[in-house]
Amino acid sequence: MSTKNIEEKQYLLRFKCDTKSHLTILDHDVCMTNCPDKLCTVFCPAEVYKWEGKRMQVGYEGCHECGSCRIGCPYQNIKWEYPKGGHGIVFRMA
Amino acid sequence: MPEKFDVIVVGAGPAGTACALQTARAGLKVLLIERGEYPGSKNVMGGVLYRKQLEELIPEFWKEAPLERPIIEQRFWMLDKESVVSFGYKGLEWGAEPYNNFTILRAQFDQWFAQKAVEAGALLINETVVTECIVENSKVIGVRTDRPDGELYADVVVLADGVNSLLSKQLGFHKEFRPDEVALTVMEVINMPKEKINDRFNLEENQGTTIEIFGDSTKGNLGTAFLYTNKESLNIGVGTTLSSMIKARLKPYDLLDYLKNHPLVKPILQGGESAEYLAHLIPEGGFRSVPKVAGNGVLVVGDAAQLVNAIHREGSNMAMYSGKLAAEAVIKAKERNNYSESSLNSYREALYGSFIMKDLEKYKDAAHIFEKHPQYFKEYVPMMNKAMSKFFTVDGTPKRDKQKQIMKSITAERGTIRVIQDMYRAWKAVK
Repeated sequence: MSTKNIEEKQYLLRFKCDTKSHLTILDHDVCMTNCPDKLCTVFCPAEVYKWEGKRMQVGYEGCHECGSCRIGCPYQNIKWEYPKGGHGIVFRMA
Repeated sequence: MPEKFDVIVVGAGPAGTACALQTARAGLKVLLIERGEYPGSKNVMGGVLYRKQLEELIPEFWKEAPLERPIIEQRFWMLDKESVVSFGYKGLEWGAEPYNNFTILRAQFDQWFAQKAVEAGALLINETVVTECIVENSKVIGVRTDRPDGELYADVVVLADGVNSLLSKQLGFHKEFRPDEVALTVMEVINMPKEKINDRFNLEENQGTTIEIFGDSTKGNLGTAFLYTNKESLNIGVGTTLSSMIKARLKPYDLLDYLKNHPLVKPILQGGESAEYLAHLIPEGGFRSVPKVAGNGVLVVGDAAQLVNAIHREGSNMAMYSGKLAAEAVIKAKERNNYSESSLNSYREALYGSFIMKDLEKYKDAAHIFEKHPQYFKEYVPMMNKAMSKFFTVDGTPKRDKQKQIMKSITAERGTIRVIQDMYRAWKAVK
């Protein structure tokens, strides 16, 4: 079977997006100056975090709401809330 | 004053729904709050539900619940790059009543289970996030939600808000979890015609197989992969502790694709079609990570209380049982009209006296030891594969000489003393 890359995997999902992000980078300077590895861009299972040279871009729309970024950020620099009731990811199977 | 309930349960997963079901059956006024569009829409599981604890709540549930397949075979794979050492058990007794476990798909199962609580009299509201517990005089008296005028009151609030349990953290029951206390797991549901599944796994109708995969499935990192059969789909997933994921700079979806393309896995998936991709955390800190579970006017159940036995892949059954124990404590507290911590502590006592905490206690050092000593997954799995290959390859070497060569190659790689230490340590971790 074909292996789907992460973009294609994300297309398999249904999201009911809120207009407001439930994920907030508290201080973009911390990502810039203290965090050479940008770990969240590696381990986030939905590639929500993308480093854009100066800022961390947060594609909250594709978030699985797993909580890894909140726990895994070495600088506790991510404010993590649940999306508004009924919003966010909608798993239909498992 | 807004409406007041006897019990507010936060989260309509296995733990919360079990608690709502039992308290509603006892005639209590119960509110079950779910943040998703429907129960199950935020929930993820590899797929195995054990029968025993649900049967205690709903006798013969298998006659009506949306289940996939009863599992009649459990296999274990010690996977190397191009080989596998496997063992397992297949028993037809598991394919007949009362069964041992089933694969389930949570989006369907959780809706069915929550409906049982509703039929028993619980009020279910979906699409509602509980943002915090309302605390007055160091007692939880209700919850604040993200709805307008969303304050709701109850004698007891049961936190079944899942692995992240922001609510029990808010109450100071636990600190933020460390990356080695949680496993980041990703999986795919792969659709496949049932005839193909039955052929590939040597199954008949209504029989299922589970395979737990160690070693190269996580590139030697602390974790496991799994491959489970549903009726007309397979669940394949892989997870490691978040700390291992970070240390090895692994992208979880790359690891999943690595597994799917492994030469011993690929043929099983051939012709399948990916239908869903899911990520979730599993609380795997074990005994020492279990937070405070009872306070004034509040109880914590299921994943929120970190009740997962990672070694035996038990979680949803323990969640249901903890929900049931919490319900019993709430019912007793109502009889006494006393919802203080000392009154609700009967839940804590019941939990610690049950198989749940006894099993977690048994393995309390396991995760820590395997995290600290990566050789078990990284070195011993390939060694086992090499040993088996050597032993079963007929090349004219007498078997006794082969045995000696195998032992020698193992001790040469790790050193005799270290091998003995490793064996003793592993035995101690799981004894």
